[in-house]
Amino acid sequence: MPWVTRGLRNGVLTSRYPARPDAYSDNWRGSIVVKQGTSGVPAADGAGTCPTGAVQTRAGGSPAVDRGKCILCGRCVAERPDLFSFSSSFELASLARPALVVPSTEETDAAVATLRASLSRRVAALRRSVHVRHVDAGSDGSEEWEIAALLGPIYDIHRLGIFFTASPRHADLLLVTGAGSSGMAGPLRSSYDAMPDPRVVVAVGTDAISGGIISPSYATAAGVGAVVPVDVWVPGSPPSPFSILHGILIAIGHLPDPDAVT
Amino acid sequence: VSQFADIVAARTQPASNRTGSHRTGSHRTDGERTERDRRPEGNGPRQEGRFAGLFGSALADGSVNLRAAVARYGELDVVSCVVPPAPDGRPGTYKALTPSVPAAAWYEREIVDLFGLVPKGHPRIDPLVLPLRPGETRPRPGLVGRGLVGRGPVGRGLVGRGRPNVAPTTPIVVDETPLPAHLAGEGVFTLPYGPVRSGVFESVQFLVETPGEDIPHLRTRVYHKHRGIETRFEGMSPADGVLVAERTEGVASVAHAMAFSQAIESLSPTPVGAGEVGDSVPRPAMLLRVVHAELERVANHLDSTIRHTEAAGQAVAYSRLTWHKERIMRLRAELCGHRFGRGVVVPGGVTGPPAVAPSHALNQLARIEASVRADLHLLMATSSFVDRLRRTGVLSPEVARSRGALGPVGRASGLDEDVRFYRPYGAYRFIEMPEHRYRDSADALGRQLVRNEEMWGAFELCRLSIKQLGQRPPEGPWAVPIVPADGTAWGWVEAPQGELLYMVDVEGGRLRRVKPRSASFHNLSLFPDAFTGDIFTDFAFIEASFGVSVAGVAN
Repeated sequence: MPWVTRGLRNGVLTSRYPARPDAYSDNWRGSIVVKQGTSGVPAADGAGTCPTGAVQTRAGGSPAVDRGKCILCGRCVAERPDLFSFSSSFELASLARPALVVPSTEETDAAVATLRASLSRRVAALRRSVHVRHVDAGSDGSEEWEIAALLGPIYDIHRLGIFFTASPRHADLLLVTGAGSSGMAGPLRSSYDAMPDPRVVVAVGTDAISGGIISPSYATAAGVGAVVPVDVWVPGSPPSPFSILHGILIAIGHLPDPDAVT
Repeated sequence: VSQFADIVAARTQPASNRTGSHRTGSHRTDGERTERDRRPEGNGPRQEGRFAGLFGSALADGSVNLRAAVARYGELDVVSCVVPPAPDGRPGTYKALTPSVPAAAWYEREIVDLFGLVPKGHPRIDPLVLPLRPGETRPRPGLVGRGLVGRGPVGRGLVGRGRPNVAPTTPIVVDETPLPAHLAGEGVFTLPYGPVRSGVFESVQFLVETPGEDIPHLRTRVYHKHRGIETRFEGMSPADGVLVAERTEGVASVAHAMAFSQAIESLSPTPVGAGEVGDSVPRPAMLLRVVHAELERVANHLDSTIRHTEAAGQAVAYSRLTWHKERIMRLRAELCGHRFGRGVVVPGGVTGPPAVAPSHALNQLARIEASVRADLHLLMATSSFVDRLRRTGVLSPEVARSRGALGPVGRASGLDEDVRFYRPYGAYRFIEMPEHRYRDSADALGRQLVRNEEMWGAFELCRLSIKQLGQRPPEGPWAVPIVPADGTAWGWVEAPQGELLYMVDVEGGRLRRVKPRSASFHNLSLFPDAFTGDIFTDFAFIEASFGVSVAGVAN
């Protein structure tokens, strides 16, 4: 009985995202952005300090950041504040690996549009409700915390028809974390193979996308893309619960404009 | 080499007056002992050492430098030996520690996996972190000359073009041959539980040998998550190394960054004071480290409690504690921009002042603490919850002591060791420490109660540190440049999981060998010993009460 009143004490805590923006969702460093008007400025000096090689210089000499490799250490921002800055955006997930390199280009935009159309056809049946299975393929453990947070009262993904399931045989969507350790390659593949069609794979975290600072090593693939076909890429080290939720919603076509990469 | 095992065994031998002799030093006050505490006071620090880990490091000539760490009150004792290769060039052999020091069992299996060394007399050499087929190349971390050449100058740690070229990068082929069953009997079968388990868990496999309900025998396979992290450090600058350390065990990022940084700092040639760890670091930086480390402790202890409530079906408690944990994560993000406190601790200090005013942080802290206290107070009076924990997963004080259980697991089984008190570091040397307590009920309930009390202590330490920080000018300095001298150094902190050790070997300003030893590794090796008459439905409680992060086990 005391728990009943305790449960009512603080009212509704649940976020309204994605129906309404959440005041808290962009309250921390979500990504690195390349500042406007820096085209033609080589990023060579900034690139040298990046521990994962995420800072690149495009053919035209413009700086670019590969969010799929970025672990948000902020070195480039400290070294070249004229080129890079932190952004608090959290809607970072993308349907195409190349589209994680910002600023985006016309080619990647076109590729994403094609992917979106084909994914949209595949997942039409999942739009109202989706069952999720999580597999850890060599994460550092923090991604699991952020995924588990989605089940709490703040994010409460049940309200969006998203449920976690115990067996991959009942799952439509596979959330994969970790850099793709050799020991998990087999179990990850088996989990994917056990899922019924249509199935979607979401790679959660920079480790899962590229291996981050964990790869290359003798015991990891550079990301889980080598083991399972990834549909949605969610960068972050680790991505926040809002970023992961955004990635799941993109995967099931729940958001109108999935690739508003800022 | 021939005497290595005997020397280590001698240093961890119990003293003759061991009965009842245990640490009851000045950090304990008499009035606040737990009701179960029957130990006489005044015997002083315990005399026997506790085996704290076996650290290998490959040398260029094919030999392996083995270092055994023995922890005592006030110091970390290191016994070192070099095991030469066999005459035919194959990895050498040495007399196993495990027969005389049982706590070394997992460490020696890890040494076999990584280096191929053969501990003669080890009772069970199964693969632990890396099941390779015979004849495959071992990673041999620490090999001099591999990836250390042509890397440019080192200064302030921020230089270094491109990524260190760490060999071997060829993927390993994991040997997944099933292990033989250890038990035989009518109806006994082996249930492989994992590595993909129901719920959002890290990957680990438990081989449960059972006749159906109770769990007479349990084995743990941890290799699925092995990522080869130790070789990733090699050739990096200390500034890059701390980024890897933060990602070794993500839920204890701050603890790992601190232990790593303290090891690097102790190699700094300009220590102020008596050469103690952390002396070259500005005091405000030490205080900010405490704030983040203690918030991390609260988050981890809440996580363990949340998993208890989930297993017990306490839906309201689960929801509320999940909310409180989220508030802690948000407070951490407010302070530094990262929900796990990454990017705060660097060798030499911290990256900058807290991003919010002390008054705001204190206010938030007070509100969260009030909620957590109220809900835990009710939870510990909820019999349907407490009954599931009481006498579940008893890790007997004898086992805990002989095997050196760490962190809250040890402190619930009658050990009082806490690195913050035993070997104080950083700001823990001068800040006023809260009451230090331990229990000896040895069950999941005891571990929960220990965690509760540690949370109150952590809140108190946060409050003290933030207050002291508020009295200092925000402009710093927050870090001093650290250029480590060549050599081997050790860093330790009390992570939420327990004692975390880092062995750091620096050569030419770059990392030659880094070996983190998380409490998760040590405690998971004790996990099967906690199953004494427990049944399947107790499994989730015992696992949650150990609070192990698999990422810290299989580096």
